[in-house]
Amino acid sequence: MPACADQEMLLTGLVDGELDAANSALVEAHLARCDGCREELERIQAVRALLGGRGVRHKLPDALAQRIAALPELSPARPPRRLPGWLAPGVAGALAASLLMVTLLPPGNQSVVDQELVSDHVRSLQPGHLTDVQTTNQHIVKPWFNGKIDFSPPVPELADAGFPLAGGRLDSLDGKTVAALVYHRRLHTVNLFVWPEAGRSERSFAKDGFSVREWSRDGLRFAAVSDIPAAELAQFQALFVQRSG
Amino acid sequence: MKTSAPDHADAFRQAILPHLDGAYNLARYVTRDAVLSEDVVQDAVLRAYRAFGQFRGGSPRAWLFAIVRNCSRTAMQGRRGTVSLVVNESALSDEAVAEVGNHADPSPSPEEEFSRKQDVERVRSAIEAIPEPFREAVVLRDLEGLSYAEIADVTDVAVGTVMSRLSRGRAMLAKELLPPRKEEDEQSRSVK
Repeated sequence: MPACADQEMLLTGLVDGELDAANSALVEAHLARCDGCREELERIQAVRALLGGRGVRHKLPDALAQRIAALPELSPARPPRRLPGWLAPGVAGALAASLLMVTLLPPGNQSVVDQELVSDHVRSLQPGHLTDVQTTNQHIVKPWFNGKIDFSPPVPELADAGFPLAGGRLDSLDGKTVAALVYHRRLHTVNLFVWPEAGRSERSFAKDGFSVREWSRDGLRFAAVSDIPAAELAQFQALFVQRSG
Repeated sequence: MKTSAPDHADAFRQAILPHLDGAYNLARYVTRDAVLSEDVVQDAVLRAYRAFGQFRGGSPRAWLFAIVRNCSRTAMQGRRGTVSLVVNESALSDEAVAEVGNHADPSPSPEEEFSRKQDVERVRSAIEAIPEPFREAVVLRDLEGLSYAEIADVTDVAVGTVMSRLSRGRAMLAKELLPPRKEEDEQSRSVK
């Protein structure tokens, strides 16, 4: 059964999260009753999965990266001054000491990461920043991450429990690219950041008026940030874990 | 967080250098030439650096990509003939693939040889085989993750055109890369 010609472009827009709410709702309603278009949607997603496969994207050759970094125009404006000879042993000692500190410090500065979680959340609330893929459909959000990140976050449906899915995007945390899932709670937003990390204990804290809850599961670390009451965020965590099953 | 205002070169490095991978990838798929792409990217970075004073916010990545795209086109004109050749080539390979798909032949066939190739190579050459407007839209969206608005900026067309090119580009790739649709009717449902 072929797809409907008048829906093909809209299906593309839907997959990319580029339709407005009204058109998304129309296409999703159409999909519910049209086998041909559902099949077409799967084909689009299958093609996107192939395109997003590892290695399809060409990587910048190292030699070119080095050549560009060495362009005189791009070299740092203030070249480091040569150190007087008598200072060098002291500097080497200081360097060694700071290296030692780096190795002794726990990996990643926790308070910096905590602050960044909250900053990422606040930034996401600015107009146009919340979602790169905007849809209530978990089957679109999950494959959207394919090829963009090398792990696959669970995307459970929680709408019936009062946390409708709003979409997803990529964000960065501690220099890493992380997945951000966006759920709504009434008029509030819950950002759930996900990245691969060995299991650590659960923790929760409040910062700048936002609640944060972190937990680990299946080699992934989850951090939920929102301005909803801490108890509701705990409820979100419990639901999310239960439905990711 | 820096407190002092970073100078021109610092600002440029922060805004532009993170997108060099994407710039190279775009150049590779537009020019389909590894050597040319290196020149294109280096040239584009220098041009971007000189023009950076005129960059007025927005997405630095889309801004860089527009420059890469222009450099790619200039480089191809300098080295090769016309674009029409590209379109003919892709039309040919499209037909060739359709032809292969029509034969269910158990003996070693071009199809089997085709499938023995590495998946990545198969996907890459499928992308390279589709005509340029569709190819660049697909690369910018599905490999680089730009928004429609950013792609419209980079390729200098309306957002609606971006959506239509993506739709057609992916349809061409689906035809090359996926098994045929159930009960597909080639006559009534050709890729428009």
